[in-house]
Amino acid sequence: MDFQIALFLAQDGITGGAIYALLALALVLVFSVTRVIFIPQGEFVAFGALTMATLQAGQTPATVWLLLGASAVAAVIELWRQGRRGSLATTGWRDAAKLLLYPAAVVALTLALPLADLPNIVRVALTLAIVVPLAPLMYRLAFQPIAEAPVLVLLIVAVAVHVALVGMGLVFFGAEGTRTEAFSDASIAIGPLDISGQQIWVVAASAALILALWRFFSATLYGKALRATAVNRNGARLMGFSPVFAGKLTFLLAGLIGTLSGVLIAPITTIYYDTGFLIGLKGFVAAIIGGLGSFPLAAAGALLVGLLESFASFWASAYKEVIVFTLIIPVLLWRSLTSHHVEEE
Amino acid sequence: MALRFTPLQVLVAFLAATALAPLVLPEFYVTLLNYIGLYAMVALGLVLLTGIGGLTSFGQAAFVGIGAYTTAVLTTAEALPAWLAWAGGSPWLALAVGLVITALVALLVGSLTLRLSGHYLPLGTIAWGISLYFLFGTMETLGGHTGLTGIPPIAIFGWELDEGREIYYLIWAFLLCAMFTTRNLLDSREGRAIRALNGGMVMGEAMGINTSRSRMVIFVIAALHAAASGWLYAHMQRFVNPTPFGLHIGIEYLFMAVVGGAGQVWGALVGAGVITVMKQWLQDWLPRFFGAAGNFEVIVFGVMMVLILHRAREGLWALVARLVPLRRAERQVPVADALERKAMPDRGEVILEARDVTRRFGGLVANDGMNLEVRAGEILALIGPNGAGKSTMFNQLSGVDTPTSGEILFRGRKVTGMASREIARLGMSRSFQHVKLLPAMTVLENVAIGAHLRGGKGVLPSAWRLERDEENRLLAEAARQIERVGLAAHTFDEAGSLALGQQRILEIARGLASDPCLLLLDEPAAGLRLKEKQALGDLLKKLRGEGMAILLVEHDMDFVMGLVDRVVVMEFGRKIAEGLPDEVQRNPAVLEAYLGGAE
Repeated sequence: MDFQIALFLAQDGITGGAIYALLALALVLVFSVTRVIFIPQGEFVAFGALTMATLQAGQTPATVWLLLGASAVAAVIELWRQGRRGSLATTGWRDAAKLLLYPAAVVALTLALPLADLPNIVRVALTLAIVVPLAPLMYRLAFQPIAEAPVLVLLIVAVAVHVALVGMGLVFFGAEGTRTEAFSDASIAIGPLDISGQQIWVVAASAALILALWRFFSATLYGKALRATAVNRNGARLMGFSPVFAGKLTFLLAGLIGTLSGVLIAPITTIYYDTGFLIGLKGFVAAIIGGLGSFPLAAAGALLVGLLESFASFWASAYKEVIVFTLIIPVLLWRSLTSHHVEEE
Repeated sequence: MALRFTPLQVLVAFLAATALAPLVLPEFYVTLLNYIGLYAMVALGLVLLTGIGGLTSFGQAAFVGIGAYTTAVLTTAEALPAWLAWAGGSPWLALAVGLVITALVALLVGSLTLRLSGHYLPLGTIAWGISLYFLFGTMETLGGHTGLTGIPPIAIFGWELDEGREIYYLIWAFLLCAMFTTRNLLDSREGRAIRALNGGMVMGEAMGINTSRSRMVIFVIAALHAAASGWLYAHMQRFVNPTPFGLHIGIEYLFMAVVGGAGQVWGALVGAGVITVMKQWLQDWLPRFFGAAGNFEVIVFGVMMVLILHRAREGLWALVARLVPLRRAERQVPVADALERKAMPDRGEVILEARDVTRRFGGLVANDGMNLEVRAGEILALIGPNGAGKSTMFNQLSGVDTPTSGEILFRGRKVTGMASREIARLGMSRSFQHVKLLPAMTVLENVAIGAHLRGGKGVLPSAWRLERDEENRLLAEAARQIERVGLAAHTFDEAGSLALGQQRILEIARGLASDPCLLLLDEPAAGLRLKEKQALGDLLKKLRGEGMAILLVEHDMDFVMGLVDRVVVMEFGRKIAEGLPDEVQRNPAVLEAYLGGAE
């Protein structure tokens, strides 16, 4: 391997690492606030990328119908819940209608807009408007009713949601993979390196998003409230910050991060309906290196995973995935060795 | 009166139906039953591992793959390396080799990942599940993604099982055998240790159970079940490729266990049956509905899993079991010879001695230079206001925690830093301030956990019921201790149904079942009514009379002062007084600690 190849691989690795870093941050966030290990994260990546691709093809993405359907289920549950409480007449219908307002507007917008002629940036906005709200809905339907269950039960539910979403992905988008148009065709040559505009987009957007999240958590009231919930759910509740709201907000952020990651990498890699899972899992490897609790460590782990993957694909491409996923085991081992004595789980 | 059957009658009816099924059912359903049998075997391993042991694994499909690929390579390869040539060509030898390889891989993977706590373990299983799957697909000798073909059928005494109806009997014989042995195992000394893993680890260790060994045992057993299923699968399909051993199938196996009822042996069969039949049915029906090909059934499975975990976490078996009209069996304590007892130390011998024990948690000094000693035939009370450091002291004495400095001697032997199960083996037993018992197990079984170290029969004898003699002696001993503490009327009740005070008494019986010479009791009288307290006092006096040393932490001063021989008073982690109950009660430092300074 000469220096130029090494540089090239490093460049690839950093691009991948930036995405894994974003996903790792979302996973850490979701776990620390809700104790859910967010396996369906990858589906937001895939749904984001494929919704974007469908919009670029000028067609209506099926994800809008998922949004409408999931909201309808949530509305029915709300009606049933309020019906049992006897508040159907006073607030029930109003609350249920409120749940349907936003998805109905998004559906109308998607159907009304001339999708084939939109500028790319509008398509990105529309993709986010369609896919991101699925995340808080997911929290409402799958996790909120069992918010106090053990971590393992939440984990199995997360896996079940993931499985269902992958199945839906196949129905919505078919088995074909897609790439989207790049945000920009520009490229910069630095010495022997040729950096494409999209790679710069990925790294710059990731950095901007990480910075924005850091500001959100350190300087805004909601950010601080989320951190407080992560430390002590009951304490935060007693201070008037609802854990249900915290859960929905966290899922919203995670959905945003996942969807945006999908939109960003879609021009670089071909995305299939089930690609998201492997990408999400690599985000996991990164998050676990950070012990599912530390943001900077998770970001460092992500960079490591990205570089390892890119160099492994050069040396032993057949064993690329084996190498990346086996990396997790020594890390997990080191983590568990640092805490001793028998613990209850 | 409604018709009711004994468990034996139901079992015979089930076995008869199983034996007759392939004779009357069309080919298609026999194939379906074959798959159900294969999947149920893997799900059974998960029932043991996840439902009972509390260790979630998404990677079981990889072990199925090891079993399948081992036999595929050994029975189809034209030129095996010389050291393996002896195992070539015969499916039965390949089964043995496959089980050995699986056990070795499970031991390796287990020693790497079983130490992981909580949610790290399932994530670890995802990691190695994926790694092994990719290995199957990339290794040249395993045929890559196309796999291996031409696997011969299994032959039994020259009879080739090359039809679905024939291998059916082998598959179901394996499954029923696995269910039989798993049930037996769970109802034994080893089984109680396994059942203690889920929520009773600290207690189990204090009773002498090696919990990391038990975790490894169920991990290896679950892997072996999976490998045997893979072996049968390879010889039924006659070819293998990596697809059925991927992570998504591993997830499906876990679904089967959870849907059926992860805590029940029969749940594995119900879960595998429901998922397999539904999958078949949905695969026929959904594509017509959607008008396209695809694996839509996973959407239904995913949603169903979420609903089951929301609404019926016990799984479907709990619902099925209610439909079977079973007659309730009368349960009786077995009659058996008493267990051997250790010789009691001489009265007055120093049993336990703490020397300058200090325990810091960061900046907080919970115990500061504590000294105390307990003698045989003596009851020592450790008292003090809340937060004085009594429970910290207790945990260090029993090996749950390790002192920052200082040492603890038990019968003259240094035990500082020893695991609590090693200390238990030396003859110390304890109860817990916050009761730690297994609420779903009977009082008898809970107390029998205390006698764990007095038996020694392992997994294999337990699985095949070759340890009944020892098991009966253990249960008889447990029943004797239950009677001794006055809980005989509750012997077969669920421990969780007892009142809190009775649960504390149960913990004493459990401690006594280990035949200790020192009993550490953490607030044994809390939650007891007056009569019960008197009975407890009488029991402790009797034990003292037999030469036992007892150390108790207690807040109830009336109870303490009338009972104990000596008192040690703690405040802010230090000993502020020691002496006879009367002296201590008049000690000004003690009065100040309890009542505040007199100014």
